[in-house]
Amino acid sequence: MGSLRVEKRLAGQGDQPDPLKHTLSEIFPARVTDAAAVGYLLARLPRTNAPVLWVQDRLSRRESGRPYLAGMGASRPIIMVNLSRAVDVLWAMEDGLRCRALGAVVGEVWGDPPALDFTATKRLALRSEAADVPCWLIRRAATANLSAARDRWRIGSVPSAAHPDDAQSPGPPRWALDLFRSRRKKPGQWVAEYDRAADRLYHVAPVRDGPLDAGDGAARERAAG
Amino acid sequence: MRVMERHGNAPPDDIPLVLAREGHHGPVIHAANRTARQTGIHPGSRVVDMRAICPELQVEYADEAGDRAALDRLVLWARRWCPWTVRDGDDGLILDTTGSDHLLGGEAAMLVEMETQLSLLGLTSRLAVAPTWGAAWALARFGPVRSICGADEVDFKLGALPVTGLRLDPDTVLLLRRLGLKTIGALMDVPRLSLTRRFVKAGLAANPLLRLDQALGKLAEPVSSVDAAPQFRVQSRLAEPIFDPTPYLPELCEDLCAQLKQAGMGCRGLHLCVYKTDGDISHVDVATSAASRDPAHLHSLFRDKVDAINPGYGFDLITLAAGAVEPMQTVQNHLDGGSDDDLHLTRLVDRLSAKFGPRAVSRPALRESHIPERAEGQMPALAAMTDTALVTTKERPLRLLDHPEEVRVLYAVPEGPPAQFVWRRQTHRVARYAGPERIAPEWWKDRPGTRLRDYFKVEDQTGLRIWLYREGLHEDGRGGDPRWFVHGCFA
Repeated sequence: MGSLRVEKRLAGQGDQPDPLKHTLSEIFPARVTDAAAVGYLLARLPRTNAPVLWVQDRLSRRESGRPYLAGMGASRPIIMVNLSRAVDVLWAMEDGLRCRALGAVVGEVWGDPPALDFTATKRLALRSEAADVPCWLIRRAATANLSAARDRWRIGSVPSAAHPDDAQSPGPPRWALDLFRSRRKKPGQWVAEYDRAADRLYHVAPVRDGPLDAGDGAARERAAG
Repeated sequence: MRVMERHGNAPPDDIPLVLAREGHHGPVIHAANRTARQTGIHPGSRVVDMRAICPELQVEYADEAGDRAALDRLVLWARRWCPWTVRDGDDGLILDTTGSDHLLGGEAAMLVEMETQLSLLGLTSRLAVAPTWGAAWALARFGPVRSICGADEVDFKLGALPVTGLRLDPDTVLLLRRLGLKTIGALMDVPRLSLTRRFVKAGLAANPLLRLDQALGKLAEPVSSVDAAPQFRVQSRLAEPIFDPTPYLPELCEDLCAQLKQAGMGCRGLHLCVYKTDGDISHVDVATSAASRDPAHLHSLFRDKVDAINPGYGFDLITLAAGAVEPMQTVQNHLDGGSDDDLHLTRLVDRLSAKFGPRAVSRPALRESHIPERAEGQMPALAAMTDTALVTTKERPLRLLDHPEEVRVLYAVPEGPPAQFVWRRQTHRVARYAGPERIAPEWWKDRPGTRLRDYFKVEDQTGLRIWLYREGLHEDGRGGDPRWFVHGCFA
């Protein structure tokens, strides 16, 4: 591990720094019970075995549940921190961002506490960039007020396509991703489908024509026949 | 058992030598050697009187505090024979040898071994084994050499000893002598009622009946052992009482870490103790998840903890002791200046546990169970990773609610998912579903009558994917109609 880092550093001398370093991103789930935000976040985490520091406040845990290891896969260890106040969540996240051994720092804050202001998010963003550890802030039941997060997402679930083997059961999860503010990328809206087996995100062309989508091509077939 | 402490280097035995201490009317004899005792000198009498009896008497002053400290060290040293030792007065040791004597070849062999070891230290000892503290005290001082007393012969062995062997104060001994009760046996023969009437108001040290009961084992006298002093301990003695130990902490941490480093050790806990001027102590403990001897890190653990100290009227002594000391190797840093990743992780966990309490920080781990809430257990963060990779074959949600929430099912097909349900006052129409997956109760853990669960993954009209279960079946004889719960959310 250490020797690898040395080689990387030596090889990278004189190069331009990577423009897309890890930084602070915010996610506003469309509904509080929606796990799409967590799913997208997990899909975006770097594929290492480094542990993830996961900090939750009490309301987030009570209203939206806790991260469930059996569903997330046990390959990536999680250090859970259960706290009651948003101030403590921010403190623990900031402390975690001093530690480069972590794979990521994830925080969940409920609502709009006064502690979570522009200064707090700026501190998190600077720390995250300095340590090169991705930091994700999930804000449920919150308004998108002033924040220094480099990427800000609104994420919700959308109806999935049918399962390939079973017509009545839900297929791979589909999420509506809305990057409404970003410092480094062009904002936009996408619908993505997550392939769990391959751990990949695919873009799905949004079907604008509602009735055609609902009919699933049956009407067209009839017309052709 | 009793060990008689001899003071200083042994002088020639033929010179009468006494140790003196300050009494009310000039110096009195504290202890005397054998030659001096033979000339009629006994402890407690005045030095000037004894000089008149024996003109060539040599007198030295006794170091009582030093003797006591030496005896305290000897208490811990005596743990080589048994784990439970305590100091008895100013001149004795009590060892609870229950269950330890056979390791040294029986009680007689044990006493010989003890006498040998103590004489190697330059100490003369008088030893006895007895079932009670009081009997051992009497036999060691007044009984035969290395006497061993069984549980059923206490009456017989104690009977011949003088009443001085009952640990009574001198006034009571004098009183008993005047009453004609010279031996313990004589005291035992007197009807108890008449003695009770006389000594009913006397305290323990002046009450021969209570002392007799203690010696015979009718009255319990437990031995409370002292703890071994911490191996690594630093202290800061202050000129005047203060209320806040914070300015002294960095220096204390550095001193302690220097001690630990010299011994090649690291500590997993720190005990900060302040000694208040009103004779009380107050302490704060912190713990680390891995052995450490980094002063800055250890100091940071006390960051918000010092407020918990109640300073009272101020304190003038601060001690910092290392707990749970274990060997620790010096770790080589990497070439680029960074150090091992695990080290940073342990420090992070320490900081979080110190600030929010050890219960707030945990690591979920998979367990072998089909019941969803039991499939995940909480382990202390940084516990050893288990390599048994448990693979979950069935699809499980990303989020699990701590308490399943009951939902109102408006229309349910008997063996299928609901067509529609109300959760948190919102109506969800089921568009797609997968299941059921039946999970039976674990009969070896659950109470009888626990109902099975049928889990469904349902997707509502807006795309929300929810993990629902029906508890029980219709007509399964374990309660009324089955109820429906939401247990988690899929991505």
